[in-house]
Amino acid sequence: MDAAPDTLVCRNVWKVFGARAAEQMQAAGEDAARLVAMGLVPAVRAVNLSVRRGEIFVIMGLSGSGKSTLVRCLSRLIEPTAGEILFNGQNLLAASEAEMTQIRRHRMGMVFQHFALLPHMTVLDNVAFPLEVQGMAQAAREARALEMITLVGLTGREASYPRQLSGGQQQRVGIARSLAAEPELWFLDEPFSALDPLIRRELQDEFMRLQSRLHKTIVFITHDFDEAIRLADRIAIMKDGAVVQIGTPEDLVLSPATDYVREFTRAVPRAKVVRLASLMTPGPVPADMPCLPARATVAEAGRSFLSGAERVGVSRDGQAIGTVRREDVIRLLLGGEA
Amino acid sequence: MSALLLSAPRPFDGRWLWWLSLALSLALWLWGRAALPLAFDYPKAWQIPAAAWIGGAINWLVKEASLGPVAFSDITRGVAAVVDAPYRMVLALLATGVQQQSGGVTVQHVPPLSWMAVIGVMALLGHWAGGLRLAALMVVCFGFIAVFGQWQSAMVTLASVLVAVPLGVVFGLALGILAWRFAWFERGLRPLLDLMQTMPVFAYLVPVLILFGFGPTAAVIATLIYATPPMTRITTLALSRVPEEAHDLARMVGCTGRQRLWRVLVPSARAPLMVGVNQVIMLSLNMVIIASMIGAGGLGFDVLSALRRLDFGAGLEAGLAIVALAIALDRLSQAVAQRGTANDIGWQHPYLVAGLAMIGAGFALGLIFPAVQTYPEAARLSTSAFWAAAVQWINLTFFDTLEAVKTFFLVWLLVPVKRFLLGLPWLAVVALLGVAGWRLGGWRLALLTAGLSFLIAATGQWEKAMVTVYLCGISTLIAMAIGVPVGIVVATRERVWAVTRVVIDTAQTLPSFVYLMPIVMLFRVGDFTAMIAVVAYAVVPAIRYTVLGLQSVDPRLIEAGRAMGCTPWQILTRIRLRLALPEILLGLNQTIMFALSMLVITALVGTRDLGQDVYIALTKANPGNGLVAGLGIAFIAIIADRLLHAYARRARARLGLEATA
Ligand SMILES: Nc1ncnc2c1ncn2[C@@H]1O[C@H](COP(=O)(O)OP(=O)(O)O)[C@@H](O)[C@H]1O
Ligand SMILES: [Mg+2]
Repeated sequence: MDAAPDTLVCRNVWKVFGARAAEQMQAAGEDAARLVAMGLVPAVRAVNLSVRRGEIFVIMGLSGSGKSTLVRCLSRLIEPTAGEILFNGQNLLAASEAEMTQIRRHRMGMVFQHFALLPHMTVLDNVAFPLEVQGMAQAAREARALEMITLVGLTGREASYPRQLSGGQQQRVGIARSLAAEPELWFLDEPFSALDPLIRRELQDEFMRLQSRLHKTIVFITHDFDEAIRLADRIAIMKDGAVVQIGTPEDLVLSPATDYVREFTRAVPRAKVVRLASLMTPGPVPADMPCLPARATVAEAGRSFLSGAERVGVSRDGQAIGTVRREDVIRLLLGGEA
Repeated sequence: MSALLLSAPRPFDGRWLWWLSLALSLALWLWGRAALPLAFDYPKAWQIPAAAWIGGAINWLVKEASLGPVAFSDITRGVAAVVDAPYRMVLALLATGVQQQSGGVTVQHVPPLSWMAVIGVMALLGHWAGGLRLAALMVVCFGFIAVFGQWQSAMVTLASVLVAVPLGVVFGLALGILAWRFAWFERGLRPLLDLMQTMPVFAYLVPVLILFGFGPTAAVIATLIYATPPMTRITTLALSRVPEEAHDLARMVGCTGRQRLWRVLVPSARAPLMVGVNQVIMLSLNMVIIASMIGAGGLGFDVLSALRRLDFGAGLEAGLAIVALAIALDRLSQAVAQRGTANDIGWQHPYLVAGLAMIGAGFALGLIFPAVQTYPEAARLSTSAFWAAAVQWINLTFFDTLEAVKTFFLVWLLVPVKRFLLGLPWLAVVALLGVAGWRLGGWRLALLTAGLSFLIAATGQWEKAMVTVYLCGISTLIAMAIGVPVGIVVATRERVWAVTRVVIDTAQTLPSFVYLMPIVMLFRVGDFTAMIAVVAYAVVPAIRYTVLGLQSVDPRLIEAGRAMGCTPWQILTRIRLRLALPEILLGLNQTIMFALSMLVITALVGTRDLGQDVYIALTKANPGNGLVAGLGIAFIAIIADRLLHAYARRARARLGLEATA
């Protein structure tokens, strides 16, 4: 992987709920079992992760595994009990409340599971709200809000109220609002979980389209492993407040770190996660051979083999770097290891 | 009340204590009078002179107290001025116009809004908020008021309401926000609110009368004090129920504290807040009617003076005008609330222009045609004579029947119960209440119930309190005996329930004063009349909560019962009523609260209880006695409330509907 710089780094972050949690933790040390025995709730335990600039970083875990708590620590909506959070090298936990307000206003955006739209405002006012809070003049903020509304495909609904929109449309408003202030770091806490499967799919596509244009640094929360695989550059799997494994979808599927992770990946078709890069044999490529990007999944390459070709070329950044053999693809599809 | 609590046996250690104290009490009651007279009559020498203390304190406040250089009386004068100015303005607008007194002659400079303009504006408001039907209702209600010649009084009443409501909403909202924001403020405020809501309305009137004098200003202030607590409660509750995400949103977009509150949280809580506004309106109307005793004037004064003159026709007409006003205000504010959550409330030009045009046209035409300005005397209808004749006819024709009914109830129910309760030793009652409190809610509750009931005895109010308990108890039982079966019958019949609901909703919007009139007509004054009035008023919550409880029973359980072959009767008694018990208990609680609040009003028709004390204190402007008697009633209400709540909680825990608190 090409190493983009880390935008957000999280070092040994803990969040313990309960009376006098910080003091108690000082006494008990970083020992989750002891904390539980003391009647506290360690919702986030010793989390280390880093989010690279421009990547979609998905945090996946079952309900109650601490995802929301973690993401609220990352934006410091709640104070972590211990640990360090660096945003472009700046320690967020050392920032004053006023500094945090500025950071949240201009550099962070968040999308909520239940949309959190203000019922008394029109779509336009909702989208413009973050800018209004910053004190931007009405004309300027409405122009910007209109741009965002167009971006998410809601042109024509500016004057509607949230309750007049479908769930999918409401979340589009939520997305537009979170982007209005042009944040560089974008948090989405289960943004599509409250939607019907078909709409969810539609919004996932929409989300990928937006990201291909905007290149935000994204922390995306979900409890749906398929969604994680579809969207993620990298995934962190959480269980009981701790991160079990971090890796690309391919890493997780091909080499799960624990049985827990394997349980999730079992039902995932290999062809949909394995990328050509990992199946490829490096070497020279005949000049007339068609090439596919190294990031493409094996499933996406399937069509090229239909014509009966024995091998297909693989390229990265326009440079041919190797070939994939038909035989390897078929073996993978049949369920064997790569 | 307590008898009902005790009848349900429970497996619970400590039952022996219960039986022991019951036996001791019985022994004391049967044989103790000679041996322990002080258990029956609280010794005069040990009495707490609370009335004198409170009276002294208030006197001191009025005459001497000061905050630095500012005397307390200056503060009250300032408060009065704040209320007085808007009141005068609204009154001039609606009722009096701009007048000038010169040499005993009143010169009218500018007339008030013409009746046609007011009806027109109300219809417009109705149309804006709820469409044609509501507009029609507005025309009917206000038209009724005009046609029956109640216009002037109704506008005086409306003026007080219009001044009290915005102030009540603002104060309620402010206190509610503070209580939501600061836990310590909430802790301090809650018992005060509890007390204010259980304190009978007359008791408020006395100190207000002393502090602010007789007149409409004092009445508006009393109304404010009465109508603010529910708004405060609803505000706190609504804000604490705003979803977590809205808080997160506010912080993520970087709201300042003020932006967070006013731009995000309060608007998110708008639906319940509008319910609070509706409550403030209805309570204000209720109180403005009652506050006619301290000079509010208007419809309440008409009813009151008709009651005093025993002029039933006039009283009934004023009463009906109150009903019309209540219905109009209630439906209008509910429609606005619904519209408010549905759409942004903004000035909508066509309506505004039409309203102003109507006012202008009314004014201009009024100068030419007096009938436009003031509803013409000649076109007035009066049913007053008819009602007087009808009542006379009923009383002549059915005198024996009515009298027989009344005598029957008095001889066989009211008098024996009264005797029994008055004969109980206070010591035993206090002890039994303590034990009941301990069993239902632990030692804290025991301390509360025993302590409050002891205070009633210690301030020398035991006998009057027992009369209150007797009237309230009998009325509550009768109200439950009517309300629960009615609730059972209507709960499963959707159409019937829809009709019943409209009826009881309307009944609940009526000021309590209104109930007295027709009953006094038939039965004149006395305990029996009071009882009927209280039952009529208090039966509403009995029905409502029974239906609520029955309808919230899980239908799967009923199906299971049917599958097991239960008869409908078994399903009703074994499943539905069992599971609805917690709600029915809360209904009982509400019924008691309603009964107590009505009981105070019935002091007007000559009961001999604490309500009468408050009323007398009011007429004599004796704040000490009034407040002490008022507190006595509040204590009774609090004891009943806490015991029933504790019992309902246990019932719910036993049914697995809620974890034991
Ligand atoms: N304010 C709180 N106080 C106590 N416990 C909490 C609080 N918020 C969350 N928790 C607990 O922390 C755990 C993780 O919750 P959450 O982060 O919401 O999970 P997720 O978003 O993954 O569903 C849960 O067990 C939850 O009960
Ligand atoms: Mg969550």
